[in-house]
Amino acid sequence: MSSTMNTGEQIPAIQTLRRGLHHSPELKRGFAVTLLLAVLATAGNVVVPIAVQQTIDRGLTSPTGPDVDFMVRMGLLAAAAVLLTSLASYGMISRLFRTAESGLATLRIKAFRHVHDLSLHTQNTERRGALVSRVTSDVDQVSQFLVFGGMLFIVSIGQMFVATVIMIWYNAWLALVVWLCFLPLFLSLRYFQQKLSRAYGVVRRQVGVLLSAISEPVVGAEVVRAYAIEARTQQRIDEAIDRHRQASIRAQGFLAFSFSLGGISGGLANAGVIVIGIWLGFADRITPGEILAFAFLVSLFVMPVQMGTQVLTEAQNAIAGWRRVIGILETPADVVDPGDQGSSLPRGPVDVRFDRVDFSYHDGPLVLRDLSLEIAAGTRLAVVGETGSGKSTVAKLLTRLMDPVSGTVYLDGVDLREISGESLRRSVVLVPQEGFLFDDTLAANARYGKLDASDEEIIASAAELGLGDWLAGLPRGLQTRVGQRGESLSAGERQLVALLRAHLADPDLLVLDEATSAVDPFLEMRIGRALERLMSGRTSVTIAHRLSTAENADEVAVIDAGRLVQRGPHADLVAQDGPYARLHASWVAQHGHV
Amino acid sequence: MTGTDALGVGRTRATTMREGFAILGVAIRREPKVFAVATIGSLLFGALTVADAWVLGWATDHVVLPAFRDGRVDTSLLIAVVALFVGVALLRAAGIVARRVGAGIMQARMWSHDRRDLTRQYLSLPMEWHQRRPTGQLLSNANSDVEAAWGPIAPLPMALGTVAMMVIALIQMLLADWVLALIGILVFPMVIATNIIFQRVVSPLMTRAQALRAELSEIAHESFDGAMVVKTLGREDEETRRFAEKAHQLRDTVVRAGRARAAFDPALAALPELAVLLVLVVGVSRVLAGEIEPGAVVTVAYLLTIVSFPIRAIGWLLGEFPRSVVGYERIRSVLEESTRVDYGSETLARSGPGAALSLDQVGFGYSPETGLLDDVSFDIAPGSTIALVGATASGKSTLTALVGRLRDPDRGRITIDGTDVRHLRHGALAAATAMVSQSAFLFEDTVRGNVTLGGDFTDEQVWEALRIAQADGFVAALAHGLDTELGERGTSLSGGQRQRISLARALVRRPRLLVLDDATSAVDPEVEARILAALRSEGAAATLLVVAYRKATIGLADEVLFLDDGRIVDRGTHADLLTRNPAYAELVNAYETEEPA
Ligand SMILES: Nc1ncnc2c1ncn2[C@@H]1O[C@H](COP(=O)(O)OP(=O)(O)O)[C@@H](O)[C@H]1O
Ligand SMILES: Nc1ncnc2c1ncn2[C@@H]1O[C@H](COP(=O)(O)OP(=O)(O)O)[C@@H](O)[C@H]1O
Ligand SMILES: [Mg+2]
Ligand SMILES: [Mg+2]
Repeated sequence: MSSTMNTGEQIPAIQTLRRGLHHSPELKRGFAVTLLLAVLATAGNVVVPIAVQQTIDRGLTSPTGPDVDFMVRMGLLAAAAVLLTSLASYGMISRLFRTAESGLATLRIKAFRHVHDLSLHTQNTERRGALVSRVTSDVDQVSQFLVFGGMLFIVSIGQMFVATVIMIWYNAWLALVVWLCFLPLFLSLRYFQQKLSRAYGVVRRQVGVLLSAISEPVVGAEVVRAYAIEARTQQRIDEAIDRHRQASIRAQGFLAFSFSLGGISGGLANAGVIVIGIWLGFADRITPGEILAFAFLVSLFVMPVQMGTQVLTEAQNAIAGWRRVIGILETPADVVDPGDQGSSLPRGPVDVRFDRVDFSYHDGPLVLRDLSLEIAAGTRLAVVGETGSGKSTVAKLLTRLMDPVSGTVYLDGVDLREISGESLRRSVVLVPQEGFLFDDTLAANARYGKLDASDEEIIASAAELGLGDWLAGLPRGLQTRVGQRGESLSAGERQLVALLRAHLADPDLLVLDEATSAVDPFLEMRIGRALERLMSGRTSVTIAHRLSTAENADEVAVIDAGRLVQRGPHADLVAQDGPYARLHASWVAQHGHV
Repeated sequence: MTGTDALGVGRTRATTMREGFAILGVAIRREPKVFAVATIGSLLFGALTVADAWVLGWATDHVVLPAFRDGRVDTSLLIAVVALFVGVALLRAAGIVARRVGAGIMQARMWSHDRRDLTRQYLSLPMEWHQRRPTGQLLSNANSDVEAAWGPIAPLPMALGTVAMMVIALIQMLLADWVLALIGILVFPMVIATNIIFQRVVSPLMTRAQALRAELSEIAHESFDGAMVVKTLGREDEETRRFAEKAHQLRDTVVRAGRARAAFDPALAALPELAVLLVLVVGVSRVLAGEIEPGAVVTVAYLLTIVSFPIRAIGWLLGEFPRSVVGYERIRSVLEESTRVDYGSETLARSGPGAALSLDQVGFGYSPETGLLDDVSFDIAPGSTIALVGATASGKSTLTALVGRLRDPDRGRITIDGTDVRHLRHGALAAATAMVSQSAFLFEDTVRGNVTLGGDFTDEQVWEALRIAQADGFVAALAHGLDTELGERGTSLSGGQRQRISLARALVRRPRLLVLDDATSAVDPEVEARILAALRSEGAAATLLVVAYRKATIGLADEVLFLDDGRIVDRGTHADLLTRNPAYAELVNAYETEEPA
């Protein structure tokens, strides 16, 4: 069921190109024109050699003496041709930049979006730093290749073809010799490509590792500082840096080696042409002039071969990056939004039913077992249980952050998997245990719950929640910057913002996962009372860390080691001899009347 | 947006070239040996390219033509031809390998030097600095900026190798005819001028592109970090829009820079070509005037064609400069940050009785205009347990951060055993004290690694700490016990389990002063009582500063400090405060005054 993030490393090179083009259709757009410009730009390379030859033949060595008029005319004509060629180059390169960058921007955005479409579960199989590298630097690698590599490659193949045709026209046997000399290179190319592909795969992976190694202590800077473990942390980072360096150097080595093979083949071909040429000469099949001309043709052939192999080898770096981005897109979403096909929940209180739900994280042990639970519409349910018993897991299943391994969760009688994501998010809101805020103002974070909320609306919402005093007490009020992850606020304040955000979202089913655990008792009770009022006529599931919440709820569900062990109103449960009575006793000890 | 953006804007663009060379100078000084290897490889390559032509000439004169003339050929000569061609090709290949591998090593090493320096800086800069720098930006500094800075290393040896070719060609041109040579030489200032124009156009775009890359990385990092919120509120579209906006800005910027590049590259190619044409026209008229021989025209034209490639190679090098300078400056702006945490040379006893903590008129604010803690003074006797109680945002965590020296006070001083914490050696504070913060942070490591953090503890000690923190049960149930990998930030654990591991991390160290910032909210009260008791019952009782709301916890404390709006407003035993301070009573009694429904 659950899927892990596709590394993309298994995708073959050709497939990568095909999938890449599929995901970025812009890359194909206007290709014919760009190719035409490329041909013009390449053809322009012959202008100057022709001019030189004309000058020698008609300008300098002409029997009638140098013809200045002709020279000037030819010079102007050639200059115009050079300018035209430059214009074609300009057109080609700028078009390449545009198509490549547009295609890659699309790819980047699609990949980014797809990460969000994957379940938390799947996201967690890849480190954040590595995910970031996949939508940033991996894409950047592809860019260079698409702009310069792709076109050079096509042009090189064209030039090789033309050189071969001319060679055959001069002398088919020698052409064969040249091709034979290059054959080992062409055959070994595949081998080197594979080596390089693996080597660059390692490089790209190491970039991800490196970024994760750097981001971890940056995010956890306080722990690093508090425990003075800078040296050990640095050592871990250094290891990642060194591994990346070694991987890069290794890839460079392969690259250099495979690139140098073209030159060696060229040397062989030259020698072959002369030796076989002499031999053919004895049979009167070739003149010395033709042999020499052939030597020049060989260099015409070697150049594009060199260029082509270089492009091909460097392409491996791009492909390694491309694969990783495509890998994201080809990771199947395990929590699939039925979208327009899905049903919509009607507004109004929701009733909830867990039907024999089993759940396990990845291939681990079952965290929830055979959990069946009904929550009538409009009920306030408190969920209690020890740490690690599976309460948060229930909350995540209820809000469809994950799907059960077996069994079903129903809202209003509809399988959660069949409700459109849009409808689900409108009706159901979860306030998670660890509130996350974006590095923006308090108002912007609150608006995450309701995009078009006005300042007045936010302030009114806060007042409804009993947070008016707190908000009024902030020197910059709604404009307070909350810092990265909300870290410029106190932990309790972060939770207040998360609550405010959820309240603005105006859900029909509110799920609170220890949402006020860091708030002081006085404020917490005030919020609790406010929520009670606000939630009337809605369904709420509150994971309680303090039993006062349970006392005030309509009903209590007790989870123990992934099973529902008790269920009923607080008053009934305290009277029974069971886990709840024990939890309650300890709660009384905790806050008991001293 | 960070301050680095201001860089490069006020700079005069003509200096880019000088700065680009200066950056290369840094790399050459840092890695002279590999640079030498790469350059020699490149020179070898250049020399052997010339040798190739020479071998062909030799083969023509000594083998091909005699063979056709005589109708026979010496086998040894044929072998010599093959040996020469292949030998030259092999040597040239060696040159290529040396050049490329050398440049590759040099580049990779420079990346690695900078990354080491940058991350050292990340680890030593104070929390204030980190608060201003989004993680995604720091990642971009260490990744994209570093790559940009050392981009020109790849084409450098090639460009240097071709300089030799160019010099030789220039001399030959001058020997052929000075007028025509002058036309040829004129190409160089024009190339430079083209380059300056190019850099003037491209530098600001590159500055912007690098800044956008950092912002993109910042958005991606933040958005993936907050994926849970994005999901639960269904804000995928908005997040994608936010990312797409930057991605499109980056695209447009790079496309604009690409357009400049598209003009620059053909211009570099065209300049020598146009010069050749001019040489031909002028040359012919000079031949007519009888001033030079036709051969000189051919020679100069030919030489100019030859140097057109080196000119392009140098152009590629210079073309990398704008990006390099921008990346380099972005890195520098981090490396030159000098607001370090200063450490002294004093130490604290690592073991022994509890430490004495004292705050003397401490004042602190996160920003100068809004003070937070004001005139906080108190002493905690060794071995006693003090509860710090206060409303949300009253400054409790801030106070613990000051004690743990995550921040330094603006005024007043904090002493442990009479020593100002600012005078302590690096590591001395951590060796004697431990702090558990409100939000548990776990590393991507094993359970053991997360508890020991590389410290020297036996498995027994680790288990003991886990047992006290009530984490032994679930750790024992994990597939590999202490060796279970916990995933990035401990994702595979529940929130409470994470908190317990971070508690065990502090306990295993047997600190003389333990600061718990609401760190026991996820453990049962009896467990908490046991933890506190364990710490106090040791022969030498640790000093405890506990931020708590629970009455049971507070009841265990010898004394309570009541913090309100950054000030210690009351101090005394829990019972005393309850009776004499209504605000205190209201806060801690809140759960009871509530009538059960
Ligand atoms: N992402 C995860 N991967 C693997 N195991 C997990 C993950 N999240 C939670 N668990 C495990 O599932 C169990 C239940 O966790 P959770 O529902 O978070 O408990 P709690 O009742 O404290 O909220 C715990 O044993 C925990 O270790
Ligand atoms: N890193 C920070 N940057 C700016 N302001 C902060 C930062 N951390 C906390 N604050 C502010 O300081 C005040 C006290 O915070 P804190 O000490 O965390 O409170 P407590 O722990 O008592 O709940 C709050 O108003 C909070 O917004
Ligand atoms: Mg939980
Ligand atoms: Mg706090």
